[in-house]
Amino acid sequence: MASELINNTMRLRNLPHIWCPGCGNGILMRDVAQAITNLGLDRDKVVIVSGIGCSSRAAGYMNYNTLHTTHGRAIAFATGIKMAKPELTVIVITGDGDSSAIGGNHLIHAARRNIDLTVVVFNNNIYGMTGGQFSPTTPTGSLATTAPYGSIDRTFDLPTLAMGAGATYAARGSAYHVPQTTKLIQDGIAHKGFALIDCMAVCPTYYGRKNKKGDAVKMMTWQKENVVMKAKADTMTAEELQGKAVIGCFRNEENVPEYTAEYTKLIERLKA
Amino acid sequence: MGKKVLMQGNEACVMGAIAAGMRFFAGYPITPSTEIAEISAQELPKVGGRFLQMEDEISGAAAAIGASVAGVKAMTATSGPGFSLKQEHIGYAAEAEIPVVVVDVQRVGPSTGLPTSPAQGDLMQARWGTHGDHPAIVISPATVKETYLEAIRCFNLAEKYRTPVIFLMDEMVGHLREGIEIPEADEIEVIDRTVNKNLTDEQAYSIPEGKYAPEMAPFGEGLHYNISGLFHDETGFPRGTAQSYEKFMNRLLDKVEKNRDDIEKWEEKFMDDAEIAVVSFGGAARSAEEAVIEARKQGIKAGLFRPITVWPFPEKALEAVAKKVKRFLVVENNAGQMVIEVKAHAGNVPVDFLGRFNGSVVDPDEVLAKLKEEA
Repeated sequence: MASELINNTMRLRNLPHIWCPGCGNGILMRDVAQAITNLGLDRDKVVIVSGIGCSSRAAGYMNYNTLHTTHGRAIAFATGIKMAKPELTVIVITGDGDSSAIGGNHLIHAARRNIDLTVVVFNNNIYGMTGGQFSPTTPTGSLATTAPYGSIDRTFDLPTLAMGAGATYAARGSAYHVPQTTKLIQDGIAHKGFALIDCMAVCPTYYGRKNKKGDAVKMMTWQKENVVMKAKADTMTAEELQGKAVIGCFRNEENVPEYTAEYTKLIERLKA
Repeated sequence: MGKKVLMQGNEACVMGAIAAGMRFFAGYPITPSTEIAEISAQELPKVGGRFLQMEDEISGAAAAIGASVAGVKAMTATSGPGFSLKQEHIGYAAEAEIPVVVVDVQRVGPSTGLPTSPAQGDLMQARWGTHGDHPAIVISPATVKETYLEAIRCFNLAEKYRTPVIFLMDEMVGHLREGIEIPEADEIEVIDRTVNKNLTDEQAYSIPEGKYAPEMAPFGEGLHYNISGLFHDETGFPRGTAQSYEKFMNRLLDKVEKNRDDIEKWEEKFMDDAEIAVVSFGGAARSAEEAVIEARKQGIKAGLFRPITVWPFPEKALEAVAKKVKRFLVVENNAGQMVIEVKAHAGNVPVDFLGRFNGSVVDPDEVLAKLKEEA
């Protein structure tokens, strides 16, 4: 029996999903649905846009207006939707490769505009759909099918990248920390401006197996034991934070002009 | 007819688009199409529309498609290299069945080529540029007035068949200024996509009997369906069988194939007693027409056959011409693209070719010389 949340927010006939056993994406998709539900949003006015990759399959399962687009371009499609109909709540579900490699340009420019989109990254540190190639968030030194001797690539920290580009809301959550991550997504959706929530997923099939991280339970246990809440992290030294991951909200700046609202003002000005 | 104005081709494209109901434009600056973005930025907010300058060509196409999904008529415009970058999303809009108009003001290629001299080298790319089999509607105007009117037809066809339509302009027409009379609103036909409010979520992509395009409402109006670049059945999701894919593909291709009479458009001039048919399109057809007029003065029975809808190519009409004439002369500002199509439908009638691809406009005198040579 599906829970009330699943009944109300998912396309049951498309379930079960295609994600591997132990994948973190299902938990994160549920967090997004919970966040939308908590906010009491009108389902007719919620649009989910995704790109290509494991993460982006989420759009097909979620029972809203859903647009499954091309690789890397979800934010660009979402920008068009939000600009055309600012009254819609537009949420992008994307992956680390989708949003920060092929789609990196759209990510930084949407952040720069401060357009009211919520970008939820299911960050599994790998290209899963194509079978385990390194992404811009694969830790340096990790093994991947295209890094058989260990990746020499340096990584992106997505909330820092988004903030550098002007994002007015930036946060990180994790698959293990369900209530916290749900709240971070919820606040991102409620935020009037560009919001990015980098969600640590787990990919036991490719990233985990290649790098001997153990099974899904072990990878989730790692999150449980090594994730530090931002409030706590603020009191810790760099040394103490070595090998830890910090979740929480890094920026929530209200009162910055939002792009579509500014354009509406322009239209009004021309009418006058 | 309304007031008479001096207008540039690129401006006519925007004003025609707005008359057709365009209320959204997203694009990226590139010569010789840039005025289309500039004039859209200036005019759209005046009519409550919205303009977006995107970070690149790819996102310009994506944002336009996004706006259309939300129910707003949308366009993007580009030239040369930018048209290459738009290709993936032309395929996406065809597969996902989203109306959008993509303007390509052609310039010399490949790559940066001869910026930004005139050319017509994107004719085949406009048909086959995106990967995979797909329907294609491509319209190429030859005058500023035609640019205005055909921009409207681009939107009408995009909406009617829920498919991308490519407006294949060229630098010659895009940067040409001519006097035109702007038609009054009641003198033009504007078609909006048909929306069936009675559909359920699972019927979003269902096709009414005898029709070729779905009728779901835009996002935000109460229907919760999925749009995807994946093959889909009537529910908007892939079913995963060869039969369902084949059914889908055939319907997609039939949008154009079964509606050629509605989509095809061409012009014939001096063709009644013509012995040589000059086939030309877009800006090059202006030179071809002048040469035909001059040839007539000199006693050569030449005529002009000018496809306006270049894809689907008006093949039946050309085949009818082939039954009457002794020769074809195809005149293009490229190394030979439409000539391939003419040869395919000319039967045993000899087909000559005159192409210019050095950055200059094909000259009426050259066309005339070629006609004299053949007469």
